[in-house]
Amino acid sequence: MTTPILRLTNVSKSFGPVDVLHDISLQVNAGEVLCLLGDNGAGKSTLIKTLSGVHAPTSGTMEMDGQPVAFANPREASDRGIATVHQFGGTFPLMSIGRCFFVGREPVKRWGPLKAYDRRTANEVAVKAIQGFGITRITDGDRLVGGLSGGERQSLAIARAVHFGARVLILDEPTAALGVKQASHVLRIVLEARRRGLAVIFITHQVTHAMAVGDRFAVLIRGSLAASFAKGERTREEITDLMAGGEAMAELEAEIAAHEAGSPQAA
Amino acid sequence: MMSDTLKPSLAPPAARRDHGLSLGALARRPETGSFLGMLIVFAFFAVFGGSSFLGLGGAASWLNVAAEIGIVALPVGLLMIAGELDLSVGSVIPAASMTVAVLSGYFDLPLVVGIAAALALGLLVGFVNGLLVLRTGVPSFIITLGSLFAVAGLTLGISVLVTGSTGVALQTGPLGKALLGSFIGGMFQVTILWWIAALLAVGYILHVSPIGNWIFALGGDKVSARNEGIPIDRLTVQLFMGSGFCSAFVGISQAILYNSAQVSTGQSFIFNSIISVVIGGVLLTGGFGSVVGIAFGTITFAIVSQGIFYTGFDANWASLIIGVLLLLAVLMNNTFRRLALSATTSKGKAK
Ligand SMILES: Nc1ncnc2c1ncn2[C@@H]1O[C@H](COP(=O)(O)OP(=O)(O)OP(=O)(O)O)[C@@H](O)[C@H]1O
Ligand SMILES: [Mg+2]
Repeated sequence: MTTPILRLTNVSKSFGPVDVLHDISLQVNAGEVLCLLGDNGAGKSTLIKTLSGVHAPTSGTMEMDGQPVAFANPREASDRGIATVHQFGGTFPLMSIGRCFFVGREPVKRWGPLKAYDRRTANEVAVKAIQGFGITRITDGDRLVGGLSGGERQSLAIARAVHFGARVLILDEPTAALGVKQASHVLRIVLEARRRGLAVIFITHQVTHAMAVGDRFAVLIRGSLAASFAKGERTREEITDLMAGGEAMAELEAEIAAHEAGSPQAA
Repeated sequence: MMSDTLKPSLAPPAARRDHGLSLGALARRPETGSFLGMLIVFAFFAVFGGSSFLGLGGAASWLNVAAEIGIVALPVGLLMIAGELDLSVGSVIPAASMTVAVLSGYFDLPLVVGIAAALALGLLVGFVNGLLVLRTGVPSFIITLGSLFAVAGLTLGISVLVTGSTGVALQTGPLGKALLGSFIGGMFQVTILWWIAALLAVGYILHVSPIGNWIFALGGDKVSARNEGIPIDRLTVQLFMGSGFCSAFVGISQAILYNSAQVSTGQSFIFNSIISVVIGGVLLTGGFGSVVGIAFGTITFAIVSQGIFYTGFDANWASLIIGVLLLLAVLMNNTFRRLALSATTSKGKAK
């Protein structure tokens, strides 16, 4: 059996008196997409912030390639190859594609003691990396990021992570605000990242999106791992029920059924 | 299944073109609006101010004003691009004037000592501002409003305590005078040269060095900037220290120019620098702006405030013009920014 790139054992996280994560054990392998599912407030974002060095776990261990690791800050995690595209933010709307792509890692030319940001290289590399993920509409590295569509922005962030040598790619609801077409673009990029051998942790509310790309699934309910299974082991309905804690969805369906029964024109 | 349709289409050799003068590229530059504004204002006063405004004397009058405001507006602009404000410049300027005058005038210490102490004071105020902003999380508007009053009070209190007055005379040797307080050709303040030097230095920092990218990122999204490993705490403190330093520099040069210092001389710089920066196309909430734009904004402001004296109009109208100009500039800059967000330079878009 191969060692997983990333393995969590009994990780818990509390903010003062508030316990957000309890005893989470998870692992991801190279070339595999792990879908993290769960309702609002289940702790998905907190879990990935723990993985990416934003928060330190309160207890439990984290291993990369079988070696225990602890990250003091997000930069340390990304230097080890864990790249995160956070739910909110992550790109700078008024910066150019090239500048945004290289933010914090600017390519420079040197003149003696003076350093100069190498705009041409930055733009070329950025555009090439994004096009490598199939977004061929982007040809101009000087364009402002704020002018890109939501899907293109996610693609930029993913291309960037891959370019800088990410081995684990963590995506927090990358398809949340997107229309069908844009979302399928992002899903395709997730698959391309997987094909390149990255381990992908993909967070979503949408079961359809999860089922389209996921190899393994983990469902969080109120901070605990409620279920963990491989592709094909559960049906769509079972997953939806799990996410909603089982009851809510059944109730809703019953309500809808009752409503439809009462209003004949809704056929 | 999704994976069957996965064919990352390889990019066709994209029609690359280097940026010529396209509308998109132009709209994307933060200074486009302020350049137009400057031209309009200049043309207006050229018409109503006539030949004396257009002559050397006219140029000197607005350049002198622009240089003093400009040296402060540059670091204030950097801070604004980084998403912060600095109001304390208004009391650092007189505090620095008084420091150099008290030490090198009242106590007769060498001028270098007075200058060094005044600059150190500026750096210290900036350092404290930066530290307070980081530690308390209170918006810098409030923090620097506090330090504006605190430094003003300290300056007044200490001046009266030490010298018994609120104004101190300062006689400087020929070298100090030539470098910081002289007129070139009898009318152009030497400060103009320092302003040009500051423009080059700040232009390098913001647009050439990689640190410029960090400043834009910091103003664009602070949390993401931190996540990308940008040392945002250090950068924030440095930017505040930069504005303290430049304000102190202006205070020193004023004391040397006028051979004296007063405890209350700098208040006008607070708003004048912010107005210049905003007219110059810097986004008040951060993340967007340029050094050339700040220079244009400063010149525009200076032309209006001085040009009015060359027209037949009552000088009181200058404030009205500046107010209207500020609003117009913000509206125009907003429009340009919207254009910039939707613009591509590619004339023939690939596909
Ligand atoms: N810094 C914090 N301090 C205290 N509580 C926190 C903190 N961060 C998150 N929480 C709490 O932890 C719980 C989980 O939040 P989290 O953002 O991880 O949920 P999520 O699963 O990502 O939800 P969503 O689907 O809405 O994004 C929430 O109840 C939240 O209020
Ligand atoms: Mg979340």
